[in-house]
Amino acid sequence: MDFLVMHQGLPLLSALIFLPLAGAVIGMFLPSESSARVWALLVTIANALLSIPLYTGFDLSTAKFQFGEHHPWIPIWHINYTLGVDGISLLLILLTTLIMPFCVLASWRYIARRVKAFMVCLLVMECAMIGVFAALDFVLFYVLWEAMLIPMYLIIGIWGGPRKVYASIKFFIYTLAGSVMLLVSIIALYLNSAPHTFSIPALMGGNYSTTFQILVFLAFFLAFAIKVPMFPFHTWLPAAHVEAPTAGSVILASILLKMGTYGFLRFCLPITPVATLTLMPYVLWLSVAAILYGGFTALAQKDMKKLIAYSSVGHMGFVTLGIFVLNSRGVEGAILQMINHGVTTGALFLCVGMIYERTHSRELATATGIGKQMPIFVTFLAFFSLSSLAFPGTNSFVGEFLVLAGSFSRNLLITACAIPGAILAAAYMLRMLQKVIWGGVDNPKQSLIDLNGREIVTLAPFLLFVFWIGLGPTPFLAVMHASVNHLLSQVSLAAHSTAIGMLP
Amino acid sequence: MNGSTPNIVESSKLLVAILVPLFGSLAVMLTGKKRPNLRESCSVTAAVLMFAIIASMVPDILAGRTLHYGIFKILPGITVTLRADAFSMIFALAASFLWILAAFYSMGYMRGLNEHAQTRFNACFALSLFGAMGVAFSDNLFTLYLFYEIVSICTYPLVAHHQDQEGYDGARKYIVYLTSTAKAFLLPAMALIYVLTGTLDFATNISTGIFPPGVNATIVTILYIFCILGFAKNGVMPFHHWLPGAMVAPTPVSALLHAVAVVKVGVFSTTRVMLYVFGVNLMHSLNLGIPTAYFVSFTILMASIIALSKTNLKARLAYSTVSQLSYIILGVAMLTPSSIDGGLIHIANHAFAKITLFFCAGAIYVATHKKDISEMSGLGRTMPFTFAAFAIASLSMIGAPPVAGFVTKWYLLVGAMQAHQIGLLLVLLASTLLNVGYFVPVTYSAFFGKRPEGERYEGIKEAPLSMVIPIMIAATISVVIGIYPNFMMQFVKAVTG
Repeated sequence: MDFLVMHQGLPLLSALIFLPLAGAVIGMFLPSESSARVWALLVTIANALLSIPLYTGFDLSTAKFQFGEHHPWIPIWHINYTLGVDGISLLLILLTTLIMPFCVLASWRYIARRVKAFMVCLLVMECAMIGVFAALDFVLFYVLWEAMLIPMYLIIGIWGGPRKVYASIKFFIYTLAGSVMLLVSIIALYLNSAPHTFSIPALMGGNYSTTFQILVFLAFFLAFAIKVPMFPFHTWLPAAHVEAPTAGSVILASILLKMGTYGFLRFCLPITPVATLTLMPYVLWLSVAAILYGGFTALAQKDMKKLIAYSSVGHMGFVTLGIFVLNSRGVEGAILQMINHGVTTGALFLCVGMIYERTHSRELATATGIGKQMPIFVTFLAFFSLSSLAFPGTNSFVGEFLVLAGSFSRNLLITACAIPGAILAAAYMLRMLQKVIWGGVDNPKQSLIDLNGREIVTLAPFLLFVFWIGLGPTPFLAVMHASVNHLLSQVSLAAHSTAIGMLP
Repeated sequence: MNGSTPNIVESSKLLVAILVPLFGSLAVMLTGKKRPNLRESCSVTAAVLMFAIIASMVPDILAGRTLHYGIFKILPGITVTLRADAFSMIFALAASFLWILAAFYSMGYMRGLNEHAQTRFNACFALSLFGAMGVAFSDNLFTLYLFYEIVSICTYPLVAHHQDQEGYDGARKYIVYLTSTAKAFLLPAMALIYVLTGTLDFATNISTGIFPPGVNATIVTILYIFCILGFAKNGVMPFHHWLPGAMVAPTPVSALLHAVAVVKVGVFSTTRVMLYVFGVNLMHSLNLGIPTAYFVSFTILMASIIALSKTNLKARLAYSTVSQLSYIILGVAMLTPSSIDGGLIHIANHAFAKITLFFCAGAIYVATHKKDISEMSGLGRTMPFTFAAFAIASLSMIGAPPVAGFVTKWYLLVGAMQAHQIGLLLVLLASTLLNVGYFVPVTYSAFFGKRPEGERYEGIKEAPLSMVIPIMIAATISVVIGIYPNFMMQFVKAVTG
């Protein structure tokens, strides 16, 4: 267990995982629908507060997994209940716990029927998501990974829009197809390890043959690329986003998509480093394809949710680009961009949800020229849109800049091809912003009420993080350094031993 | 302190100077349209206050000190930091002083035409100045880029002000050109410079630049081209189309923003990067200067030729701006001390003259609702003050003594001779003739031309005083800094050493 710093005292990670689950169980027995709202809000806020010691107690100097917990689960198959966080997963867990209260707030009026069931789904979702980021045992990881699927399927399938059945089934089938490949590679790794183990850190740096690594990498890659989603595995995403209720879209965009890129960082790079280096150019080109494809498609959308969904494809392309350039700027930029995308795109989906609650439409055409009636709303929207197009001074700029800087030191041509993606981001975001704030000369006449207190409270913290990360990202980057350097040394070690050249 | 005078002084004045317009803008938004007098006095107060703070930095700068203020640390080597040196003062002094004039002028203009959304107009105006001052006081490429983009975004509502189809089209062209060139060229250039040097801080002199010796010449040349093209606000062809398009904006916007703040942000950024990122030595050794000079010469001549063909007064002024901006880059690109002097002093000289011209165009429009030059024949006798100011400012554009433009032309000609570039000398002469060609007929026909058939200019008189007085002040200053150029030249001399 030399990779794990055991946690003394209260098992913090278990508490974070099981508090929402306990909240969900109690929530089922609540007498009224409105009490379920308050209860879910209390539980998610409690969990958010509980997660703060994770940051304050985090040791920046070590790449080991911290807050470790280890208990045997099914000993004859070497399956353990092992939890821990490092610099890669820490921010993602915090993102999850901090964003959940706002998902509850965004559903306050939006979800009008079966409120109790909805809140239970949200809480179960939170339990599984934190578990996925904290799990250090492959079976535990897989169980939680699959467990996320069911509440998300229900959230889209029950509370979704007109094509909810199509969207939820598409989401389910795609993700399940990826999960099967994940399961196969987990078992293959187990059988190839000596002694047999499901421990994720123990499987890192194993001495596997190149062919085996490439096969495992491809299986991992399929599972995670669907989740990210990378071009051309992205088609489930716009459908799911468009049909999902606001909270569902926020969870999907802010957290579920990050599972894919987290998978690349946690499994592909350290467990199959030789395959990573061999296949790196292809992944980089796929990332560039995603950046350009997402940008062009977003430019053509009339539905605001679809627009943001396709922009996510482009933004996540920058994340995968940063991960696979395999240098510290790129990887740190990618992790920061994961957080940024969670903050910014989550906030944008909240904004679209607020328009939808008023006009019952997500069409750009019906939301034109509302700047005059909803000045507070469009101010928020403007800042989040600027953040999304990586305006300097906002969070996304720092992430995107680091990714570009990292990518330039890897390959000039690939980076040059990704630059138009940044222009496209400005184009589709400013186009949406222009339409929403100003419209044309023939705006539809409508009287809309500006944001209320609850909605302002929902959006304001996102804005805080947009500028905090944009102007003072040091506290966010500091937690990553040790883990990212350790990760890159694992990859370059493999490169040395197999004599595959790494560029400086 | 160990007795010696420190050259770099930490000063929170810089922060205050850029926060004043920001808070001014907030105050304008809060007072709103119910209290127009209070709202306008917020604008004017912010303008006066900002100029006072900037003027108070003059003694320090003239004593050879550099003011400095760090705000945020983004990444190692990337910060948001402000700096006031002689170079920034040339732009900051001119722009902040002209904001005061523009604030009075736009009050008269907007009320005279009973324009809509005056609160938004005033708020965005102040925000644009916030961006422009940020650019003037940037200490590194990132800070420059940040404020450059703020200027782009905050001027969009000003260009689209009329909210008709023409306004939207002009504003779309404006934002598309400015943001896409910044993203396409500046962003990769900045990332690559960061990769190569590990910092984005400007050098402290114009010679050395920030690149380590032995850096790949091809890459540096590409970066240099990207920086010239990336600051599309400099109006260099082929990315100049946004500027004539933006003339749909109300005239005070065209005046302050498209003669002073926005376009000067463009040339200021371009020359700042040429001198303080690449440096004269590197530009010499890679032979980047003279090709740049010939490249912008095309803009100088072409824009003047297009200006000749325009009969709409504002359109003619717009193309004149495109042409004149390239003088500044031309001067710096010739890389001799005199030519750099000429280029940099033109930032201020052109600002005072061009704002006068735009102010006049606006005053004519408010008084007569006329936009076309052919309709202004004989109008000079009805509006003598306005057209007299127009004449003075035209002389400055042409470069005739004793107006400020002459100083520019003198230094540029000397510089071209020192650089032994006969071609560039001919460009300057040809451009002067073209300037005569499109400016003199306007004044001539206004004073000596026949009135159009059936036009008696009845009931037409000079525009309101709040417009005429700023016009006269701006025109007078053009003469004063032409006769007595030393005040501005001492900053320029401090830059070139």
